Amino acid sequence: MNPLASDLKVMLPDGTSRPLLTYLMPSAVLMLAAFLLMLSMFLPYWSMTMFAPQYPKGLKVEVFVNRLVGDVQEIDALNHYLGMPPLDEGGKLERQISMAGIIVLGLLLMAAVFVHNKWAAALALPALTFPFIFLADLYWILYTYGHSIDPTSALGGAIAPFTPPLVGEGVIAQFRTIARLEIGFWMAIVALLVLLAGLWLHRAAYKPVVEARQKNN
Amino acid sequence: MRRYLLIPLLLVLVVLAGCRQKEGGSSSVQSQNGLPANAAAVAAERGLTPDDVYAAVKTYMPTGQHDPYIMFSSGGQSGQVLVIGVPSMRILKIIGVFTPEPWQGYGYGGSSNEVLAQGYIDEEHPLTWGDTHHPSLSETNGEYDGQFLFINDKANARLAIIDLRDFETKQIVKNPNAINDHGGAFVTPNTEYIVEGPQYAAPIGWEYATLDEYEAKYRGLITFWKFDRFSGRVDTSRSFQIELPPYWQDLCDAGKKVSDGWIFCNSFNTEMATGGVELGNPPFEAGVSRNDTDYLHIFDWKKAEKVFQDGKYETINGIAVIRLDTAIDEGLLFFTPEPKSPHGADVTPGGEYIVVGGKLDPHVTIYSFEKIMAAIAAGGLETDVYGVPVIPLDKSMETQVELGLGPLHTVFDNQGYAYTSLFLDSAVARWTLGGPYDALNPEDGWTLVQKLPVHYNIGHIAAVQGDTSDPGGQFVVALNKWSIDRFANVGPLMPQNFQLVDISQSGDQMKLLYDMPIGMAEPHYVQIISADKLNPWQVYPQVGWNPETMSPHPNAITSSEEARVERNGNQVEIWMTVVRSHFYPERVEIKKGDHVIWHLTSLERTPDATHGFALSGYNINLSLEPGETQTIEFVATMSGTFTYYCTEFCSALHLEMLGYMLVEP
Repeated sequence: MNPLASDLKVMLPDGTSRPLLTYLMPSAVLMLAAFLLMLSMFLPYWSMTMFAPQYPKGLKVEVFVNRLVGDVQEIDALNHYLGMPPLDEGGKLERQISMAGIIVLGLLLMAAVFVHNKWAAALALPALTFPFIFLADLYWILYTYGHSIDPTSALGGAIAPFTPPLVGEGVIAQFRTIARLEIGFWMAIVALLVLLAGLWLHRAAYKPVVEARQKNN
Repeated sequence: MRRYLLIPLLLVLVVLAGCRQKEGGSSSVQSQNGLPANAAAVAAERGLTPDDVYAAVKTYMPTGQHDPYIMFSSGGQSGQVLVIGVPSMRILKIIGVFTPEPWQGYGYGGSSNEVLAQGYIDEEHPLTWGDTHHPSLSETNGEYDGQFLFINDKANARLAIIDLRDFETKQIVKNPNAINDHGGAFVTPNTEYIVEGPQYAAPIGWEYATLDEYEAKYRGLITFWKFDRFSGRVDTSRSFQIELPPYWQDLCDAGKKVSDGWIFCNSFNTEMATGGVELGNPPFEAGVSRNDTDYLHIFDWKKAEKVFQDGKYETINGIAVIRLDTAIDEGLLFFTPEPKSPHGADVTPGGEYIVVGGKLDPHVTIYSFEKIMAAIAAGGLETDVYGVPVIPLDKSMETQVELGLGPLHTVFDNQGYAYTSLFLDSAVARWTLGGPYDALNPEDGWTLVQKLPVHYNIGHIAAVQGDTSDPGGQFVVALNKWSIDRFANVGPLMPQNFQLVDISQSGDQMKLLYDMPIGMAEPHYVQIISADKLNPWQVYPQVGWNPETMSPHPNAITSSEEARVERNGNQVEIWMTVVRSHFYPERVEIKKGDHVIWHLTSLERTPDATHGFALSGYNINLSLEPGETQTIEFVATMSGTFTYYCTEFCSALHLEMLGYMLVEP
């Protein structure tokens, strides 16, 4: 039996019927959103690349939701002159809980598949806000980072507190830095869009069911 | 319709115009001979000939571009090895080998002291220099494999092993039975053995014997050092030596391909002259040159290995020695005559021929391996006074080629040419090989093609991979002993002159390209390897690496949190980290008479972020390359206030990278 066949119908409480596909689609799309979100954990969300004459290949650090990858040690070695804390210090808690957190977000989305009323949207709400929470948190980390300069370090007294750019170019001493959002973040955004589509389809499918029930009552 | 056809046509025109414009960018300043006008003006102003300009553009290496070939040169009396880029002829590195070398901290406190000490006769007789002669790259199937470099010390009969992962000396082996060597280092085609040939005969094992006992007690001695590629070390217990007549064996080369399993060495004192000019005897220079021929030594090393494994040897000073009688009985050694004061024994790339120069004979003599084998198989050979079978010259020789005066060494290219250094003529001779090589060039086989003057008194000669089964052609380097007027006068001790020669064109088109002064010693031989065969590290594999053992150091620490000073009686042990731009700790307080063990670990992971560690007053200087751990040990015999500081300009705050060692009286 092909579940996609157009002659397969679902009978609503008020006696009207709708194609089965109408009910399979929102479930599939919500599952896809959950899948994309979880996949993004394995990809970098943000990166910072630094160029200077004596680093012809540049120095790059990639931020994943749970770890930092790249020339962290060298950037820390350079930053210690400025009295900046090690990169590892920022967002420690977030990195510890992020994997579990995203799994919970994904599970909530999967649960939403089985909640056939407006509360499905409530279950999806944390996943919808996740990319923005990530950005806000990263900004906070960068702000804290640029405002935690150790005045007793070699150059600490000479540096005014600053916030490294979240996205775009900046200049620190002989370094030109380029900060950019990476594929993991964009995948979370795609997950968000897919999620919105899924919620729309979910509403389109189940609103008539809810209304039919009310009519019957 | 016609209008639409116009569009692609216009596009083509636009593209063409674009190309024109691009070319025009440089054509606007081109002169007639193809040089940019400003370069042509410089050439004219300096009086450069077209050949000079050709040589300049052939050798110039723009910034950031790398030489396609790397040359490993003996450092002669400096006891070092020079690493030089070809064709730019820029020195890339000088590797400390037999001589302490401060930049690398080699012999100034770290584990390299132990490497140098391996080469001492004993604790009371340290040797702090060497006369390096013949570098030899490790080979696989007769081709350089870029893994290791070996070099001998003629003065003291020693062999050093350099690991080409970090270009540092890992082992020095003292020959326990020979007082000097010359025919080393040469490797067998798969680096099974590193061959160390002898030079001036002496009683085996440094025994005393008068020169009246020369024929009875003085001996030559060839050593087959077993190389263990996995550990990167020579294994003396699996090495062996063969006792030889005291004929002053000289230079050797391993057979390859068809002649794999054999080794050939020339010799030059079959007269067994013992000198004594002050007693009215002929001086060595005459006595040694009296005979018209000496003996090319022909060794069956695979059979010798078998004889060694069968236990047919005596152990002398901890190493197996196959006695001359055994070598003769087992058929390990044969002789064949070689003309007047021979020098060198160089095997052609396919292993078919052995070329020997005659210093006082204008010919090179070419021996056929096939004929030698046939003569050995036929048997019935006469022997010399020691009983070694001698193959008559007409049964071993393929041909002779007259090249000029003072032929010494021969190398090969990939066009069927051989290149021989002519010491007296101060020239490089290009000549053709015959047999299977005849078809590779337009000239007939066994013919002199060109003699190119070099400046002056050429000794060795090298070509790109020119002593392997896979010669690369392109360049030859003439290793000239005298430079006389080639460089600005820097006093009576004048630099050597390495001259780069272009051999890329066939026929008589060899061209001199570049003079490179060597102002620190008299190098002997060099080998030139294609750079892509080398794959060295940029930083050590992990923080806490011990370059001496090529493994993690047991006293490495990976962060400053582990740094500490521990006292146990009068022994003080320090674990220190080194990173830009500080030592941790920066204060070390000890007492006079303390025994100090000091471990230093570089936490750096960035290429070229090297730190030095100089301890004033105690003759200590280390080079701590990224990831390296070193241990120094000394007794604090002097009280006072000492500083330690970084000797590599590591960072903007390099001067601030220091600490105090306070030694309480």
